[in-house]
Amino acid sequence: MTDFYNNAVGHWVVVTVAIAALLFTVLTATAYTVWFERVALGRIQRRPGPNRVGPFGLMQLAADGVKLAFKESFIPAKTDKVLYVIAPTIAVAAAFLSWAVIPIGLWYNVQYWIADLNIGVLLIFAFSSLNVYAILLGGYSSNNKYSLLGGLRSAAQLISYEIALGLSLVPTFMIVGSLRLRDIVDFTVHWGPYTGPIPLVLLTPVGFVIYLIAAVAETNRAPFDLPEAEQELIGGFLTEYSGLKFVMYYLAEYVNMITVSALAALLFFGGWYLWFVPPVFAFVLKVIFFLFLYIWLRGTLPRLRYDMLMRLGWKVLMPLAIANIIITGIVLVAVQG
Amino acid sequence: MTDENGDHDPTPLRRPGEGVPPKPEGEKPSVAADVAALAGGLKTTLSEFFKPVVTTMYPEEKTPRSERYRGRHYLRRYDNGLERCIGCELCAAACPVGCILVIAAENTDEKRVSPGERYAKTYEINMLRCIFCGYCEEACPVQAIVLGPEYELSDTSREKFIYTKEKLLEPLPPDVETRLKAKKKVEAP
Repeated sequence: MTDFYNNAVGHWVVVTVAIAALLFTVLTATAYTVWFERVALGRIQRRPGPNRVGPFGLMQLAADGVKLAFKESFIPAKTDKVLYVIAPTIAVAAAFLSWAVIPIGLWYNVQYWIADLNIGVLLIFAFSSLNVYAILLGGYSSNNKYSLLGGLRSAAQLISYEIALGLSLVPTFMIVGSLRLRDIVDFTVHWGPYTGPIPLVLLTPVGFVIYLIAAVAETNRAPFDLPEAEQELIGGFLTEYSGLKFVMYYLAEYVNMITVSALAALLFFGGWYLWFVPPVFAFVLKVIFFLFLYIWLRGTLPRLRYDMLMRLGWKVLMPLAIANIIITGIVLVAVQG
Repeated sequence: MTDENGDHDPTPLRRPGEGVPPKPEGEKPSVAADVAALAGGLKTTLSEFFKPVVTTMYPEEKTPRSERYRGRHYLRRYDNGLERCIGCELCAAACPVGCILVIAAENTDEKRVSPGERYAKTYEINMLRCIFCGYCEEACPVQAIVLGPEYELSDTSREKFIYTKEKLLEPLPPDVETRLKAKKKVEAP
């Protein structure tokens, strides 16, 4: 196996198979996230959600996918056709690329990753920033005032919350001393008799809260779904999109949702470590917990007004994140001497 | 400001900003209060999550309909098998949308279809036009046409919505027939 992997051809075969397997896993997970969201949101509103296609409605997404795939690939007149087609592609590509650096704990001391980069988290931020282009270009090229407004709102929102999102994680990096996601999960403490990994949320609770809020805003989910805003902007940047191009945006949104949930689990809740639970189940459980949190928020909170959104981002979260960094720095120096 | 029930509406219309009560002194915006409100909302939705679903699973499960529900039409018969309809066309005259067509013919001793002088040779209802007002039922002097409880009338072509006499003469659900007989007696002479 090692010989095969060290061979130039063999290496690429292994990597390609690994990428295909991950792509399949993430796509399937996305489909069931959508199912999970519709059922959970339904239960919050005391309705059953999809329950017709297959047992418990589990095949609903297959039916939806077939329906959307067979729709006419419609491009409205007077759009910027090149950008109009490229924009959703950027969204999907950026969403999936983040998964290149996310490690998944399969079993004790067995982890699965595509690229084990020492700048893992930084790369995820770089890819998630690409999402701005997807939405902004989609809104701009649609030649529709609602789309344009949605795109502009989204650009402002994503840029504002990216700062808070990035800064909220800096204390974690300061404590762990690495941007590699595997290192962050494996961060070991020696507290009296206990030696082992801990959920980092114990050390950076403020960072976690800021991350949680900023991540919801980054993925354009309720209550920060201003770029879409069905009621005011009739769908914002999505207004002119249909069929497979709409699916791409939709897919990207849910992949991003899983990405930030997985990141929250990895960065703050000890990744695949959970008491006696086998690693892969522990990881999946944590991701599902955060996905439920997202859905729960969507089922509870009304959308923020635009000025509230900006005020929260710039006047609350960013100063808080900076204060968090400074205080963590002082404490670190005091503890480590 | 009173509504039709005579109840006083305590909040009269006002211009934006006009008459807004000033914030009480000493009540400052508090992060703790906001977070508590947020948690209260989340608690409410989570408790709803664990309550039973209230949806009626429609095709398998149906909500009960009123006794007077006006669904598809039926033409009734007397117990001796004769049709009730006497071809008077009062139903067609009462129909606000004109969806009923009645062409009457004379009864003879050899061929007796109804107890009266005449009977409906053709009786057609265009169900696409019908508004289910029930005026035909009210107009009928012999309780021949009634609106039954069925409401699932979808079909695959427009032609199938012209209900002919054969279709309308299908027997009524027995419980409806019993109820109608108890209500008013118009029996064969």
